Formats: sequence, structure tokens, C-alpha cells
Amino acid sequence: MYRSPKLDRRRFLISGVAGTLAAAACRDPQPSPIERTAPPASAAVPPMLGAGRRPYGERSPFETAARTFNVDSPTPGTGSSRTPLQDSLGILTPSALHFERHHSGVPTIDPAKHELLIHGMVERPLALTMADLRRFPSVSRIHFIECGGNSGREHEGRPGADPQQSHGLVSCSEWTGVLLSVLLREVGVTAEARWAIAEGADAARHARSIPLDKANDDVIIAYGQNGEALRPEQGYPLRVVAPGWEGNVNVKWLHRLHVVDQPYMLRDEAASYTDLMPDGKARRFTFVMEAKSVITRPAGGQRLAGPGAYEITGLAWSGRGRIARVEVSTDGGATWEVATLADPVLPKAFTRFTMPWRWDGRAATLQSRCVDETGYVQPTRDELIAVRGMTAGPDGYDHYNGIKVWNVAADGAVSHA
Amino acid sequence: MRRLVVGAALTLATLASAAPRRYGIGRTPTADDLRAASISVAPDGRGLPPGHGSGREGAVLYQALCAACHGVRGEGRNDFPALVGGQGTLRTATPMLTVGSYWPYATTLWDYIHRAMPYSSPGTLTTDQVYALTAFILQMNGVIAVDTVLDETTLARLRMPNRDGFVSDPRPDIRAKQVAAPVR
Repeated sequence: MYRSPKLDRRRFLISGVAGTLAAAACRDPQPSPIERTAPPASAAVPPMLGAGRRPYGERSPFETAARTFNVDSPTPGTGSSRTPLQDSLGILTPSALHFERHHSGVPTIDPAKHELLIHGMVERPLALTMADLRRFPSVSRIHFIECGGNSGREHEGRPGADPQQSHGLVSCSEWTGVLLSVLLREVGVTAEARWAIAEGADAARHARSIPLDKANDDVIIAYGQNGEALRPEQGYPLRVVAPGWEGNVNVKWLHRLHVVDQPYMLRDEAASYTDLMPDGKARRFTFVMEAKSVITRPAGGQRLAGPGAYEITGLAWSGRGRIARVEVSTDGGATWEVATLADPVLPKAFTRFTMPWRWDGRAATLQSRCVDETGYVQPTRDELIAVRGMTAGPDGYDHYNGIKVWNVAADGAVSHA
Repeated sequence: MRRLVVGAALTLATLASAAPRRYGIGRTPTADDLRAASISVAPDGRGLPPGHGSGREGAVLYQALCAACHGVRGEGRNDFPALVGGQGTLRTATPMLTVGSYWPYATTLWDYIHRAMPYSSPGTLTTDQVYALTAFILQMNGVIAVDTVLDETTLARLRMPNRDGFVSDPRPDIRAKQVAAPVR
């Protein structure tokens, strides 16, 4: 797809500004992002005024990164959409690109009519409006949310062809809200209380039981995402953010917290989101998403323009805390180099890693592995399967976190291994 | 001296407003609020509302409300999970995970039908209809007999075939060996 600057200049001279814009609009609909496609910068300044102001901004019409999902689903309100991680920059996922997972569609909730009810084993049951919640002390924290099933197809042996397909059920936002510990202190949980059931106001009233130890540790009852209100598909106007725990626990459209003495064995904790092992027993309450990383560039679906200098970059995250180290190998795992971690490195958040790389034009195999602050090392797929086997659970393969491998061919094409 | 006392009082007031024991925000829900909201059902049956239904009653409802997606005998279809079968397959290479072979508690089935089914109109079933559908699905799985009537007492006493099939999270369970590879 490399175009000669000379050819582009001639086209510009012949067709003028309109021709340049048309050429941009007609370009390859899915350009391989590492290929060199830009004409000389001097040719790109049009002799006319640009657009005016607008009350709510939109991205450039040239930017096409989008969530992907199964458009033929017989149940459009159910299912997931995936974040285009290969297009992500830094550690925050734009709210409009945050992955989705719904069980009964996205409800439309008027925040003026929304209340959070906290009841059960508490001294003072409480109903809180959105305005009430804004009066409590607030926190803003950056955390990833990852679906328990993210990258399960890697476990299964159907590796995703690009980072979106392989790892796109994880995103990272700044969440603003009230610590659940503050609200639990306000209602005063009784001595026998051990769990809180969080329930959403979606049609199917999705619910999960959360241990009070976690609730009192770092769970946020969030109304804000990336500097504005939550997006509807992220739980507007109120959701649970349970840092580092599988996405299903992060109940959206939160309208009720029921404080109880035991987990209530709701479908998504008694049956779904459990991990069936080869011995026929299944693990349950496997809440933590363990340390994982993926190279997002160069990655599957991309093509290197030719030998020379590139940056290898990707994302690492751990449900147990901070990422301590990321190592990158470009030779199939024979040698590893410590990557640079970009500030900030935050607990239970995306961490961006980078490493300069000079491609010699020969076939190469790229992979990253991360270590978190507990010393946990991201395993290979083989190491994981040696312990957990190949048994599909109720949702396929949950809680997989093996190393992702990308192959670079001599022609620069990058594909999954 | 007076100024000192005022100063001390202000300091105390500042401390108190920084971290009060209680903020006193929000309203106390009414008994009706709590009754309407309290739909959670525990594995021991707490929260189950009074009501009853049999598999015979449930069969009629099932064919009308459930069979289009889950199949006339609960065999499932495409994206819609099977509800019946699979007992004895959990240790095989192709386990079949259904209510009968996998779900550890009957209360989970009652709660899920009640809150989430039918898919396109959740929350529309009466209490007795939920008992009846629960009974029919359990009957198809051989957990109860065709004439068994389930109610708020008998449902919680049922023992599901895979009741003891679950263990708590043992992770971290994988010790990665490749950390010993040379690092430049």
C-alpha cells in the first residue's frame, strides 16, 4: 500500500483540494496501520477555513476504530462487543469504545427517577437518589474491567486474528463515584453480614453476590467514566466497579444492594462463570482476573512497511495489583528484553509498555509476558493447559491469561500464531 | 481565653465534618419499597415467596413460553442453552452442562426464571408459574417425579445431582517456568 510521494504530489496538482479529500475518503477501508500511506505534509494544508465549533465533540472522520460484534445475533440485546485494542493509545479506553456485555439489552434510565436501595442485614436501610450519592465523598480511580471470558478462544485453540478478536473484552477507564465502604458504614452492616448482592435495573435484573471483604476494600459505586457520566451501555446512571474482578461482578444499572450472610448462588456464580476442570469438578467464585499482556502493535492484521525501526507496544494488567515488569521477545522466546513501562503504573489498571525494535526483514515471532507486584508471572498457553486442561465450561473457557504470540512474515504481514 | 475556646470548638467541628460517623444522607425506604425489591432467593430457600406448581402445570406453560428457544424437550437450539441432559458427562471430553447435570441448587433455577425469563418479557411470570416451570424442568431432568408439587418449602429441600461438584478458587494455580529464560 506504499504510495510514491511523487505520484501523490502529481495527483494533488491535477485535482486540487477536492481530489485530495476524495482520495482520503476512498482509501483502503481497513488500512494496515503500520504501512506508510501519508503524502508529504506540505501538500495537506487546504487554502480554506475549517469547520466551526460544536457542543459535543466527535472524532475526526478519518478515524474508524470501532467495536465489533455479531450483527446476526438472534438476541440483539444479549452478547458482547469488543474494544479495538490495536487502535488504543495510552491506557484509557474511550468510553465509546469500551467493550460491552449485556444480558437483556441496555435500559434507558432517567437519573432523576433512579434510586439505590441498600437493605438486608443493615441497621438503617437506605434509599439514595443520584443527587444523594453526589453528596458523599467521591473518588476517581483508573481501573480495567475485563470479561471473565476474555481471550478464552486462545485457550480453546482458535486464536484471535487481531488484538480486538483475541483480547477485546477488556477496557480501562477512570471511574468516579463513592467507595462502597462509605455506603456500608452509612447503613451499618450487622455482625452476621458477609456478602452484598448487587442487582441491576436491566430487564433481567442481573445480580451477583460480592463478599464484604472486597466491598470494603476497593469497590466503587460509580456514576462517572472518563470525566463525564457513565455511558448507557456502561450502566448509566450507576454501576459497580469491582477492581480486578471479572466483568460480570461489575453490575451495571445498579439499583439495589442486598446485604446478606451468604452468597445467594445466582445463575452467574452457581453455574455460569465457573471453570470446569478435567476431574469433573468446577471452580467457582474465581473472581480475580490474573496478570495478562498483549502486544497491540505490531499485531495480527497489521503489516510492516519494510525493514527498519519500529516501536513494539502493548498493554498489561493484573487483577491483583500493579504490573511490575513486562518482557518482550522477538525471537520466539529464546531471549527476552525488559520493556519500558509508561507512567502511570497503577494497580488493577492497564499499563502501557513499549520497546524499540529494529526489524531485519526476516520472519520473527513477537510475544510479551508480564509479572505483577505479587510476583505472579503470566504463563504460556501450554503451562496453563497442563494444569487446567481443555474442558469447556458453561461459557466456553473463562479466566484464561496465557501469553499471546504474533508471527511476522518476511513480507511484513503479522498474523496470529 | 474565650478566643481559645472558640478556636478549639472550630477545630473539633472541622474534624467532625471531615469524617463524620454518619452523613445522614438519603431516605429510609418504606416497607412497600423493601417488599417490592426483595426478590433474592438464597440456596436455603430464604426469600422464596408462597406459591406452588407442578411439572404437569409447567409442561403447558413451557411449550407456550419456552420451547421456541430451548426446544420442546429442553434440548436447546443454537445460542439457546439446553436445559436437560448431560448427567454423567462432566468427566468426559465432551461435557454437557445443563440444569440437570451441572447446576448445584434448585433455588438458582427458580431465581433465574423469575428474574430473567422469558427472554423477551422477563418479570411477567406469576409466582405459581415460576414454581410450575421450575418443576417441569427438574422433572425433565429426572430430579423430581411428574406429580411432585414444588412450593416455598419443598423446593429448597431438593438436592441437585451436581450439588457437590464445585470447589473454591485455588488460584494462583500455575507456576510459570519460563521466567528462568535469559533476560537481556
